[in-house]
Amino acid sequence: MDFVNAIILILNYIFVPALAYGSQLALGAIFVTLIYGILRFANFATGDMMSFGTMFVILFTWYFQSVGISLGIFPTALLAIPFAIIFMVGYMLIIDKFVFKYYRTKKSPPVQLAMVSIGVMFVTQAVVRIIIGPSDRRFFDGEKFLIKAGEFKEMTGLNEGLAIKSTQVITIIVTLILVSTLFWFLNKTKTGKSMRAYSDNEDLALLSGIDPKKIVMTTWIIAGILATIGGALYGLDKSFKPFTYFNNMLPIFAAAIVGGIGNPFGAFLGGYVIAFSEILLTYAYRKFFMYVLPESMEPDGLIQLLSTDYKFAVSFSILVIVLLYRPSGIFKGKVL
Amino acid sequence: MRKNLNVIAAYSIMMGLIILVGIFQSWNIALSIFNLCLISAVMTMGANIQWGYAGLINFGIMGFTALGGLAAVLISVDPVQEAWSAGGSNILFSLFLIIAMVLAVRYILKNYKKSKNRTYIVAAIIVLGIVIIRFISEPGIEAIENVEPAKTGFLGGLGLPIIFSWVVGAFFAGGLAFVIGKVALGLRADYLAIATLLISEIVIAIIKHEDWLTRGVKNVIGLKRPAPYEVNLQQTDWFINLVEKFNSSKLNLITDLTERQAALNQLVIEGSSVFVKLCYSGLFLVVVIILLILTQKALYSPWGRMMRAIRDNEEAANAMGKNVVKQHLLIFVLGSAIVGIAGAMLVTQDGLFTPGSYRPLRYTFLIWVMVIVGGSGNNFGAILGGFVVWFLWIEAAPIGLYLVNLTTAGLEDTHFLKVHLIESVPYFRFLMMGVGLLIIMRYRPKGILPEKIEIK
Repeated sequence: MDFVNAIILILNYIFVPALAYGSQLALGAIFVTLIYGILRFANFATGDMMSFGTMFVILFTWYFQSVGISLGIFPTALLAIPFAIIFMVGYMLIIDKFVFKYYRTKKSPPVQLAMVSIGVMFVTQAVVRIIIGPSDRRFFDGEKFLIKAGEFKEMTGLNEGLAIKSTQVITIIVTLILVSTLFWFLNKTKTGKSMRAYSDNEDLALLSGIDPKKIVMTTWIIAGILATIGGALYGLDKSFKPFTYFNNMLPIFAAAIVGGIGNPFGAFLGGYVIAFSEILLTYAYRKFFMYVLPESMEPDGLIQLLSTDYKFAVSFSILVIVLLYRPSGIFKGKVL
Repeated sequence: MRKNLNVIAAYSIMMGLIILVGIFQSWNIALSIFNLCLISAVMTMGANIQWGYAGLINFGIMGFTALGGLAAVLISVDPVQEAWSAGGSNILFSLFLIIAMVLAVRYILKNYKKSKNRTYIVAAIIVLGIVIIRFISEPGIEAIENVEPAKTGFLGGLGLPIIFSWVVGAFFAGGLAFVIGKVALGLRADYLAIATLLISEIVIAIIKHEDWLTRGVKNVIGLKRPAPYEVNLQQTDWFINLVEKFNSSKLNLITDLTERQAALNQLVIEGSSVFVKLCYSGLFLVVVIILLILTQKALYSPWGRMMRAIRDNEEAANAMGKNVVKQHLLIFVLGSAIVGIAGAMLVTQDGLFTPGSYRPLRYTFLIWVMVIVGGSGNNFGAILGGFVVWFLWIEAAPIGLYLVNLTTAGLEDTHFLKVHLIESVPYFRFLMMGVGLLIIMRYRPKGILPEKIEIK
């Protein structure tokens, strides 16, 4: 019985949260990697673009709530996401037209584009803060838990409860659907294939008659969808605060690079690598060992490898190690 | 003279703007803007050396600034005797162990050929070392943090004058830059940017959470000053006489003696804080001028020419027999050291060290905006960028408020849009920075004062 308890404990405090957090990071990381692979620059506005999309989700959620539309047990935000995506994609295309296009056609070095993205970061941040303000916002409604800890205990008679939030399940399911659609799109459709070709070798792709304008536009549209959904899922699960979103850019970058930048599948897995290592290394294992070990060997300390304060530092250290030993990431090889 | 006309004009306009702030708002505000402009100028000079001279992207400016600030604390705060006796020996022993560990790893890396076994041994040494160090340092750290946690709870510093920390801060930042450079300089430009950004976050995490060293988020307040204290100044005779002399015409208008005394007191209080800020301005100005002379000399020296050659064509420079890796490391260390000086100056001026306030937006990206806007590769441009951007950063709120009032003049005061916009006036500074950066990058990619190299 103790062994089952230990497993439930790990599931409850490590596995489920890490899976949800990892999915949110994965969406962001695919966003970064797509931009990097096709438009060829590191987008420092990632976090703020995500917060921009989420802002629209929140605004639409408020609107729907005010007119009394809801999805019952599901959060209203799910209904708002498609509408937000339209605005987000519009914003992305406008930015591309007025800012990035100039440097792309001029074939500026990637560094310059990265600098430009910092300008976009400032502007986006300002717009978000001016429209919705810098404070913490929760926009979750509907049923909060799929399984409550107490109910689970009663059901199974175990000491440890397993609580699964509905947002966690929604996050994981939506991520899986979205990512598999994306991979299907990239691997099976003509546009997707031409995107991969463009990312692999721009000149060759242009020679074979691929329209760069179409590729760039598709990339921004996909990026807009990913950013909005990723941001909205994070906001549903935790809460929406522009500053947090800006900071999330860092683990997202870490995930994209760990997975091999330019490689969407690597980015997808990279998100989970970062999330799991963050949580595994900062979790206090004391209770786990109390279940597993016999009573005489019970630990006194918290058995925590690192204090939770160093959560971010863990992912960055992984990144630094990966950069040192495998600059092309864990899943290197083909680009996109 | 002729060819420097745009430099002179740009600086005069900038000075004029600050003086206008002094006249219309107050001299206190003008001087604090000026001081922070000077500090920003030092930071931009550091970033400009790396980016403008050598083309290295350093997004870790925040980390180096914080290390400079840490130096200010470790140099100037008086040592906490009880903390040292409680846990000092453990900490020192751990420090010794860390050094031993690094030396052991170095020894193995140097003397054995690359193989799987070597990697395992190195990894084993590091893991074992960390475990042992944790066991030894933990009781020491706990003991130190329990020494009057509300007041001290850390080891304190050396108790030296804070000015020394400017040099020490440079060494701290340079040391970190050496390690980062060894590790990360081989990376491609944008990877380097991301790596340095993340490493600086690690530095901040350590400074924030190692309470025994820095007091962490509890902040260190009341640092020593290189300038006199306002309270003391207000009681010294020569200062009161000075203020009286300066304002004699204004004071002579008042005939009533008690009223005159009250007015004088008011002026002395105002004057004292202006005087203190002027002291700081003087100190900072000296640093800026020394650095400017050094960097200008370096730019026009054979070394500067070599750096530009490396920046413009790495392979060609390499083929000419220049050691690109070594020069990159050198310039990375130098630039970061200058940023470290700025960090120490900043803490010196504030008189307090708040690890929680180090955020990448303010200490990394804003500095980069300064470099790009001012003109990368040109020291005068970089300094001007520091001035212009900081000035706008501070004055954006009043300007924003003015613009909001202007555009919404037709609306009633209670209209929800107007209220909302007025509330969000502080965020117009982000908008201004972003739009400014985008415009400069598009229409004047080399900055306000572009790089101009004349061979003399």
